[in-house]
Amino acid sequence: MKSTIPTWMHKHPKFRLAALLFAPTSWLVVAYLGALGTLLITAFFTINSFTGDVVAKFNLDNFHDMFTDPAYRNVILRTIGIALSVTAICVLFAIPMAFFMAKIAKPKSQKILVALVLTPLWASYLVKIYAWRTMLEPGTGVVDWLLSPLGIHSPGFGGPAIIIGLSYLWLPYMILPIYAGLERLPNSLLDASGDLGAHNFYTFRRVILPLIFPSLVAGSMFTFSLSLGDYITAQIIGGKLQMLGNVVYQNFSINLPFAATIATVPVAIMAIYLWLVRRTGALASL
Amino acid sequence: MRSKRLFSQIAVASAVALILAGCSSNNGASDSALPKVDMMKTLGTGEGEVNVVAWGGYVENGSNDPAVDWVSDFEKSTGCKVNVKVGATSDEMVTLMKTGDYDVVSASGDASLRLIYGGDVAPVNTDLIPNYADIFKGLKNQQWNSVEGVAYGVPHGRGANLLAYRTDIVKPAPTSWGAVFDAASPYAGKITAYDSPIYIADAALYLMKTQPDLGITYPYALDQKQFDAAIALLNIQKPLIGEYWGDYLKHVASLKSGGTVLGTTWQVNINLAKSEGVPVEGIKPVEGSTGWSDTWMISSKAKHPNCGYMWMDHIASPKANAGVAEWFGEAPSNAKACDLTSDKNFCETFHAADDAYWTDVYYWNTPTEACLDGRADATCVPYSEWVKAWSSLRNA
Repeated sequence: MKSTIPTWMHKHPKFRLAALLFAPTSWLVVAYLGALGTLLITAFFTINSFTGDVVAKFNLDNFHDMFTDPAYRNVILRTIGIALSVTAICVLFAIPMAFFMAKIAKPKSQKILVALVLTPLWASYLVKIYAWRTMLEPGTGVVDWLLSPLGIHSPGFGGPAIIIGLSYLWLPYMILPIYAGLERLPNSLLDASGDLGAHNFYTFRRVILPLIFPSLVAGSMFTFSLSLGDYITAQIIGGKLQMLGNVVYQNFSINLPFAATIATVPVAIMAIYLWLVRRTGALASL
Repeated sequence: MRSKRLFSQIAVASAVALILAGCSSNNGASDSALPKVDMMKTLGTGEGEVNVVAWGGYVENGSNDPAVDWVSDFEKSTGCKVNVKVGATSDEMVTLMKTGDYDVVSASGDASLRLIYGGDVAPVNTDLIPNYADIFKGLKNQQWNSVEGVAYGVPHGRGANLLAYRTDIVKPAPTSWGAVFDAASPYAGKITAYDSPIYIADAALYLMKTQPDLGITYPYALDQKQFDAAIALLNIQKPLIGEYWGDYLKHVASLKSGGTVLGTTWQVNINLAKSEGVPVEGIKPVEGSTGWSDTWMISSKAKHPNCGYMWMDHIASPKANAGVAEWFGEAPSNAKACDLTSDKNFCETFHAADDAYWTDVYYWNTPTEACLDGRADATCVPYSEWVKAWSSLRNA
């Protein structure tokens, strides 16, 4: 009878499981879903126009403002456009890079290449974006200097700069899943395709691409969602251009309910995106 | 499968319960009547600490620069330990003061009235603050730091928003704000503006001087028609802007690189840029200027009111006031501070005692529906609408 509690626990496996999961689930529910829920509810509140106090009176004014003011439609479309461009650019750069790492490089240099891809993640986000600010500076930046012999100028600060900066920041998140996907792909498939007379591009299109598609989806979830929520890059190299995150930042201390309303947009976009991804079946084969 | 569903149901139910619990606390809808808050009668002994919300550079204890320290002496002589929380914007400061965790705040004019009418700050018994007597008269009992003759704080310092231009690029030198609103400007793409709703007042000030038909008399009291005109002017300006600035260090870097050659700025930015060898000059244009006049206020929920009063007295003292003014780059509020600055020309550079200089400086104020210029027959656009319009302008 010494070990009453352990015996009891042994006889009640369900309680054991509940005790084990209590801490992580409560964290998930309280800190994660709770915060998200509060955000959603706040979006329906309003403020005292003078003191800025949140007034808990249910209304749809914020959503009305957001949908009727063309400025917010523009910023939503702009943000989606930027996130899609960043994802596309990351895919374009990541596939050849990952292919080289997984299939062409010697096993020894593979490890070095993976480490090299990861090194930018060791440096602070801010340092990297400020570096891009210096490089993209019109007239004096290194980008201007490099491109001037070709008669091209630095894009300066604005939409293109944001896309360049974010593509640079999130590229490792695209390379790594594709690399992992390619590594699992047997070389014999590529050889077989070649033996049957397929050109390199045809092999890529009909053999490689379908097999790494789940990896592409995994990478795009990173690049797309990270770009969708970013506001610091836009602040530093975006010139006068703003993204959804900037609107939230601009409004959260003055008009919290409106900031919450805007913040529901990326949540909705991501939900739709994940739903579309689910329909392709890519998530099941990850 | 069954237990999975049950589990998720419990999860959702508890999340909803939590949210509702969180909501019920902030139902206090306040209107625009002045809340009755009692003034402190007598000064007691210090509580051992004081929690301060301030602009960066206002409360220095030597940790940034060992020579810049007006906190340590105060802590030693009063026994009040100073805990400082730096606010980045007026709006953030208002939010912080609403928590009730802070005792004093250095509020700009676009925050002070919101704090007063929100019941977040208390009227100040100036008899308990000996240094109040030496504050420049032009700063006391103004629209942004008093209501009906009752002082709600101790004036701290003031500055004007200037027109900065690169002397090597912008020729001839500008004399008017028109330079940043000219659709045909040769400097398009290299002009800057301050990234805050309060910048709408800069456009209103320009219209006030150039389009008298609009009848603007005070840039913070705009009826709908005047407000729309200001927004229209800012829309004309937008294609000229390279970057809007909020971070003053980034702004200085931009002036240095030539990414910005013209636009609104603060004196401290000009000084910083000049110290880095940038050929830049800042002027107060012919139309006058917007500006700021900060006020130390005490929370109505202060847990350390005695230390709070001691701090307000200390920061208004000639030595501390001179220290802050010189470190931050603004005009001190205490007349005796001018003798104690390390640069003997400091007060002259910043026009501390030059009342004529400040007559056409319109300090930041919080626009309200009741027009601040006293018009009874008009309704003005309140600050919340300024915020919406600015957000809309910036995102269009």
